[in-house]
This record gives sequence, structure tokens and C-alpha cells, in this order.
Amino acid sequence: MSANTGARFTLLSRLLHWSMAVMVIAQLLIGVTMVASLSYYPLLLAIHRPLGVAILVFAVVRLVNRLTHHPPPFLATMGPLERRVATWSERLLYVLLLAQPLVGWAMLSAARFPIVVYGPLHLAGIAPHNITLYAVLRISHSILALLLFLTFTAHMCAVLFHTLVLRDRLINRMAF
Amino acid sequence: MQPRDDSSDQPDSGMQDNQGVDHPPDRWLNKATLTRRGALIGMAAVAGVAAVDVGAFGYAGGWLRPDALTPSRFADGFEQVYGRHDGFRRNHAKGLSATGSFASNGAGAAVCKAAVFSAGTVPVIGRFSLSGGLPDQPDKPDTVRGLALAFLLPNGQQWRTAMINLPVFPDSTPEGFYERLLASKPLPATSQPDPQKMEAFLVRHPETAEAMKIIKQSPPSPGFSDSTFHGLNAFHATNDKGVTVAIRWTAVPLQTGQPGVPGASAGRDYLFDALIRAVSRAPLAWRLVLTIGAHEDPTDDATKPWPDSRPTIDAGTISIGAVQTEAAGNARDINFDPLVLPDGIAASDDPLLSARSAVYARSFNRRAEEPKRPSEVNVSEVRDER
Repeated sequence: MSANTGARFTLLSRLLHWSMAVMVIAQLLIGVTMVASLSYYPLLLAIHRPLGVAILVFAVVRLVNRLTHHPPPFLATMGPLERRVATWSERLLYVLLLAQPLVGWAMLSAARFPIVVYGPLHLAGIAPHNITLYAVLRISHSILALLLFLTFTAHMCAVLFHTLVLRDRLINRMAF
Repeated sequence: MQPRDDSSDQPDSGMQDNQGVDHPPDRWLNKATLTRRGALIGMAAVAGVAAVDVGAFGYAGGWLRPDALTPSRFADGFEQVYGRHDGFRRNHAKGLSATGSFASNGAGAAVCKAAVFSAGTVPVIGRFSLSGGLPDQPDKPDTVRGLALAFLLPNGQQWRTAMINLPVFPDSTPEGFYERLLASKPLPATSQPDPQKMEAFLVRHPETAEAMKIIKQSPPSPGFSDSTFHGLNAFHATNDKGVTVAIRWTAVPLQTGQPGVPGASAGRDYLFDALIRAVSRAPLAWRLVLTIGAHEDPTDDATKPWPDSRPTIDAGTISIGAVQTEAAGNARDINFDPLVLPDGIAASDDPLLSARSAVYARSFNRRAEEPKRPSEVNVSEVRDER
């Protein structure tokens, strides 16, 4: 067993990672389901908004945590190119996790929708009422969702490839 | 036949030779655990997880269910029947923006804690419209008229409602509405719907046939300003004691029997033109009446009227003081989604509500992305005639 296999992410990092994994996967599925559903659209939208706010809060906490903590070193099973891809895909995920909720929030603002979190709890608008701006933000929200889904899928497949094919116990770094 | 030994644990090729002590140790891989079979199973597992992941995403998004009635297909239905008119609503395409206020008398607070029903006045954005997807259709007396309102509450909440001048809705389900929409497509030869298709539809949908009888009993008023607009769908209202009741609401005109709607011969936009002239003389007003449903009243079926004996609450006066040609930033750019509700009003189990919300959103997305053209109804043209 290599010396690296023992090194793990901090407990806070692991908690943040897995709680966000659950929230983001749920959010992606809720998002694509609701826009294609006549009967569940309002219910799913009522979950989608506060969940998006929660993801934004978690993403900010996570970014601060990432900037103040070093992750464990790469495993020896990762070559230089793969390390570079891993580094940049991590950065891309951070950008997407912060940008997507903000675009959603701005999009509702540009349509002059009230941004209901729960019951009487509302967020202020962060963009002017402008239907053209809304259109740009709405299309961006779909594109970012697709990018987020693809990046997540690539990340998951890469970790599973290491864990199930190379058997280098990569996933242990993030496991409990 | 001999059972084939496909165990890859046996070294059978140089590439997968994991037992080979002669080979130099690979600096990356833990060779003791890496076997051909293990690697294949691992790769199959990765591929399987990826397939489930992509498949779930695709299924949820409706891409693997081409026959499902999605909001997109619903919006497509309007485009099939009325054609595509860039920048306009897919239904109630012809319209006029309005502004005004709602003066609440406080009586509505007995059943609903929403701030809109405490005594006081809130600004309102409105839109008068004619049903159908043609933005320049000629006004006709029996075309369904709409009044949509957005109440802007002081705490950042909103209440949006889109009402029409029918006493009940013709359909009880979104599927029925969609079927009726397609059946109503005019034939090129007669410019009228195919009577056989409509008849077949009514046989399949007796609830629509019943609703049509009720609708025929209350013919439309001469104009917009003396029309009664009905919310039709039921909602749940909750007061500050936590008591929830089913409600429907109606905007009842305070101006009735007024002269000034000249009749269809007066022009293509005669209903809207009369409305513009009426508003320029004096603000128009409607009483907002809440009807309180009893336990046995249906909340999931907008084709069924509630008995006339149900208690009502006059909650205040909607006043429309100005109208504007549809333009950027006014009612043109508001989606009157019936499920934008303040705290205190909630959706009922009426299946039309969620479908309206979903399809309005799709229509709003489409028209937001399309180039815009000026609306048919032009306030300055009417004023200039005077």
C-alpha cells in the first residue's frame, strides 16, 4: 500500500463534499424534471429555489474552506496530465457551483418574479426587470446545468475508474 | 462442450500479465490487485454507473419520453393551431398593458392572512387580453376576454392571477384542454374547426359539454369595462388563526351598462379601443369578491360552479387608472403565472394550476428569446383620433 492512501481530506471538507454531492445531484434532477412536467412543476420549483440558495451558501463556505486548507497530495497513480485535468476540473466545478445559483437568482429577478425561499421569506432581486436579460440568463442557466452535469459525470467516472479499475483506493481520501 | 474457463486470473497475454514476476514493477499500479477480469468488471461498473447517470438525467428531462405531454409540447400545440408569432404569448397573445391599484377594505383578512387583504392600497400591474394565439386577431364579442393582475405587496411578495370572462372553465384537466386546443384548429377551407373533431371531443369529454351549457347561459357583456372576470381555479386561503378554506375569486365591474362600445363594425380593435377611451375618461373599477367554498365543493375541477348560496367577501376595489401599449418593462414582460402567490394563499389540488404555471413558463421563455414586434393595440393611435 502506498504511503498516500492514508491521507484524507479533512472532516469538514468531506462533510461539505458529500452534502453538496447529494444536493447538487438532486437539484440537477429536480431542474430537468420540473421543466418537463405539467403536474410537478410548482412543487419541484418550490424545492428548487431554497435548494439553490442552500447550494450557494455551501459553495461559498466550501470555497473559503478550499482556500484555507490544502487537499491531500495526488496519488502516484495519477500522471502529470491527469493531475492537470483534475486540478482544472475542480476549479470548473467551483465556478459552476457558485455561478449557477447566482444565474438562477438573477434570472428570476429579471423576470420580476418574487424570489420566494419559503413562505413569507424572500430574497431581493439582483437584476433589473428586463425580458431580454431574462432570456440570456435563462439560456445560461440551462447551459450551466448541462456543464455541471457533464463535469460531475466526468468527476464521478474518473474516481470510479481509479477505485474500481486501477484499485488504488482513491475514493478513500474522501470516505468516512 | 467443455465449460470455457474465462478466468482472467490466468495469465494469458503479455498485456494483462499480472503474475509476471519477470516484469519490472509498474510505478503506478498496484499490480497485485489488478487483473484482467477485475479491470473489466471495474470498467463495466463505471460504464454502468455512467449509463444510469446519463439515462436518469435524460429520462427526467423528458428526452426519452417523446409521447409525454410536457410543457414544451403544450406550447407546440398552440403554435400548431395559431402559428408562431415571435415575441408574443402563446395564448392570450393580443393584449393591452394597464396599471392601477387595489384598495383593500380589510374584510378579506377574515379568511386570508396575505398582506394584500389587510386594509390599505397596493399597486397593481394588469393586462387585458383576448384568448387565442393570434396577436392581431380582430376583436369579436364572443372571444374569451382576459384580465391578468399582479398585486405588488410591500414586503416583496406578489400575487398574480389571470382571470377570464367565463363563469366556469371548459376543461377540468390539462390533457382535456390540450385535446380541445388541437380539435379547435380551423380547417383551411372553412376557417372553422372541424365539426366532427369537436363533436368527437365533446363525446369523450362530457365535463366540457356540461361547462359549455353553463357558459352559454351567461353571454358576454358588450365590452371589457363591464366584463366580470373569474379566477375559476380554487385556491386555499389561510387566515392568521391558521384556519384554511377553499376560495375562488371574481372581479365584478362597478361600471355597467355604459354606452361607448360601438360594436364590431367599428374596427378591428373595437373592444380595446373602447377600453382605452373609457380609461382616458375615468378610472375603471372592479370589486374583488372572494367566494368561500364549502367542504363538499370541488376544488379540483374548474368546470364545476360552486352553488350561488356560498358566502362571499367583498375584499376591496381594483382600480385601473391607465393603460399602455404593450412595451418593454410593462405587463408585456410579466408572466401572469397563477401560482405566484403571497403567503396565505396556496394552490388547490386543481390539476390545471400546475399545468398553467408550467406552460406559462415555457411560453414566457420562448417569447423572451424571440425578437419583438409592436403590439396590435396601440394607445396613442386611439388617443390621436380624439
